[in-house]
Amino acid sequence: MNKNTIALAAAVAMALSAGTAAAQARDQIRIVGSSTVFPFSTAVAEQFGKTSGFKTPVVESTGSGGGMKLFCAGVGVEHPDITNASRRIKASEFETCSKNGIGITEVKVGYDGIVLANSKAAERYSLTKEQIFQALAAKVPVDGELVDNPYQMWSDIDPSLPNTKIEVLGPPPTSGTRDAFVELVMREGAKSFDSLAALRKEDKKAFRAISDAMREDGLFIEAGENDNLIVQKLEANPAALGIFGFSFLDQNSDKVQGSIIGGVEPTFENIADGEYGVSRSLYFYVKQEHVGVIPGISEFIAEFTNEGAWGPDGYLADKGLIPLPDADRAEMASQANGLAKLSM
Amino acid sequence: MTEVAAPITEIRRPDLSGKRVARRYAAERRFRAYGLTAIFIAVAMLGLLLVSIVSKGYSAFVQTYVELEINFDAAKIDPDGTRDPAKLAAFNYQGLVNDALYAQFPDVTERRERRSLRGLIGNSAGIELRDMVLADPGLIGTTREVAFKSSDDFDTFVKGHISRDLAEADRRVKDQEIAWIDALEADGQVDVRFNTTFFTTGDSREPEQAGIWGAAVGSFLTLTITLLLSFPIGVLAAVYLEEFAPKNRLTDLIEVNINNLAAVPSIVFGLLGLAVFLNFLGMPRSAPLVGGMVLALMTLPTIIIAARAALKAVPPSIREAALGVGASRLQTVTHHVLPLAMPGILTGTIIGMAQALGETAPLLMIGMVAFIVDIPGGFTDPATVLPVQIYLWADAPERAFVAKTSAAIMVLLTFLIFMNAVAVLLRKRFERRW
Repeated sequence: MNKNTIALAAAVAMALSAGTAAAQARDQIRIVGSSTVFPFSTAVAEQFGKTSGFKTPVVESTGSGGGMKLFCAGVGVEHPDITNASRRIKASEFETCSKNGIGITEVKVGYDGIVLANSKAAERYSLTKEQIFQALAAKVPVDGELVDNPYQMWSDIDPSLPNTKIEVLGPPPTSGTRDAFVELVMREGAKSFDSLAALRKEDKKAFRAISDAMREDGLFIEAGENDNLIVQKLEANPAALGIFGFSFLDQNSDKVQGSIIGGVEPTFENIADGEYGVSRSLYFYVKQEHVGVIPGISEFIAEFTNEGAWGPDGYLADKGLIPLPDADRAEMASQANGLAKLSM
Repeated sequence: MTEVAAPITEIRRPDLSGKRVARRYAAERRFRAYGLTAIFIAVAMLGLLLVSIVSKGYSAFVQTYVELEINFDAAKIDPDGTRDPAKLAAFNYQGLVNDALYAQFPDVTERRERRSLRGLIGNSAGIELRDMVLADPGLIGTTREVAFKSSDDFDTFVKGHISRDLAEADRRVKDQEIAWIDALEADGQVDVRFNTTFFTTGDSREPEQAGIWGAAVGSFLTLTITLLLSFPIGVLAAVYLEEFAPKNRLTDLIEVNINNLAAVPSIVFGLLGLAVFLNFLGMPRSAPLVGGMVLALMTLPTIIIAARAALKAVPPSIREAALGVGASRLQTVTHHVLPLAMPGILTGTIIGMAQALGETAPLLMIGMVAFIVDIPGGFTDPATVLPVQIYLWADAPERAFVAKTSAAIMVLLTFLIFMNAVAVLLRKRFERRW
């Protein structure tokens, strides 16, 4: 019994002393945020750790919203230095940050395409955003009336589409990919109906309620955050389509093919020059108050914005990041390295 | 009263007719068949799981290497001849690897082609050469064969996971690259070796450099804290509740609560850890210390319940005998009851620890689900654990991580089997029956 008491006391003492000691100093950059930017951020972190002599930054995948929450919580070593986001910072998040005395530098790093893909064993689809909206929305306009989505087959929407059951696997609402898909495809698709476009002008909320709601009768399936899982399911079920990021299409090009959307095929080049309509910008945000306090932050920004990393031939392009156009890249690099303060 | 009442019930005799006996035998045979089917289904599922994991993962234990003739050109690496380590470290060694590749395939001159040729070798090659030169500056000015890890696509191809029969557009390894690989193989420069990197390094974004050791050390550190906290606290709580506590409403309430806690979803303990340990006590994020404390909270009920069951199983006669020869209650417990209950307590503890080893959900909230390259050196260094590593690799886009994921699962399963085997062994060795 005595031994146990001593062990317990030792453990508690160690826990407390170690805890307070570690909160005093930190020599390692901490990054949080989007799971979409995670593969790129980690690649830079690793390269930075190997070449710069600083410790390798710790990168957490918390989602864009979760990352912003942690990032904007305050200044001090217990708060992260950088957050990744697969969307721009929201005005409300910016306010929280400013209120907590945080100055932000925004860095746009590139683009990510979102693809609608199916197995190579089946025909490649060619769809419009309007057709995708009709296939996936909970309510669709039919002859001017809003009704519960009646379409069961792709050919019900347009006779030129294949006569197969609509079956689409996609990410859950917590995912940034889902947000972007809704914004770039569903809302755009809804707008192409006159009645909904009119509604949008009158009452934006009511429009969003229709455009953002995915059908819940089992034809749109929430398949979880893991894009590899969706690829495996598509392989097993050639009739299904899946929604995921371009890098997974790129890595699995022997198994799945990206559908043509609005007449444009999702390829590296088409996304890079903005032809392909379903792509979003990726960002990271730096806490200016931590630059110079936590060692290596400016060097990390320099590594990320270096041509060897985010350029068209850089290692991030190999990982599936679609680079910014040359001029934007040069401008962004000078802004980032000059720690330009974001204002909204 | 002469009327004899009719017998109220007939005397039931066992029906020994052949029909009924046959029916009973048939029922028994059916029951056995159900049981066997159940076992067969369970074994088949387990077998399926293992076969799928092993068939996907075995190839991660080997790695394709490419041997290249590297010329450590003194004029390039160290033009002044000072052998200054800072200058030696700054040199771009990847260039030497590229030169060796260009020399091997002199007809590749076009920029794009050269780029895909460079892609055959993993991008850690330059750093490996730098470390070689820094360790032994005598290499400068010599030429020797060095084996480099091939890139993940090349490795996957050599292992046969990418078929040559597909159309060129459908595979990540193009015809030209296959031609280079064939040429290198024909020269005997391609070699498949045991993948030591996998067992010695931390995480990496490059599949050929990714290893499980960082996560294994993280798991070890985390479980050490868990054991140090949950074992003494759990045993003390169990001993007090079982041997000393008065039986009243309060202790009943405590008992009910402990049993409930054992069934609380583990993510709840993570939220508690975030609120108390990180936000209130200001402890570091991603640290094995905090992870261990959270997992200790989760394991405590398991240990308390197991320890109480083990204490209960010690017959009262032992206690009475000890008290009878004049031992105090504390002596009774420490000298007799606790040692006799220890095998049961240890079994419960090991099973609780095995459960903690496989846990990810509570660690998500306290920042241990993270990309961490450096091997943790202490309880407050950022670390991750084995199941989290599996989760992160399962999510990575690169194809080669599929094999790494399954290999990491095999490593985790090995640890779990080992821990459970120790539990069984302890039980067999020390268990007493009365």
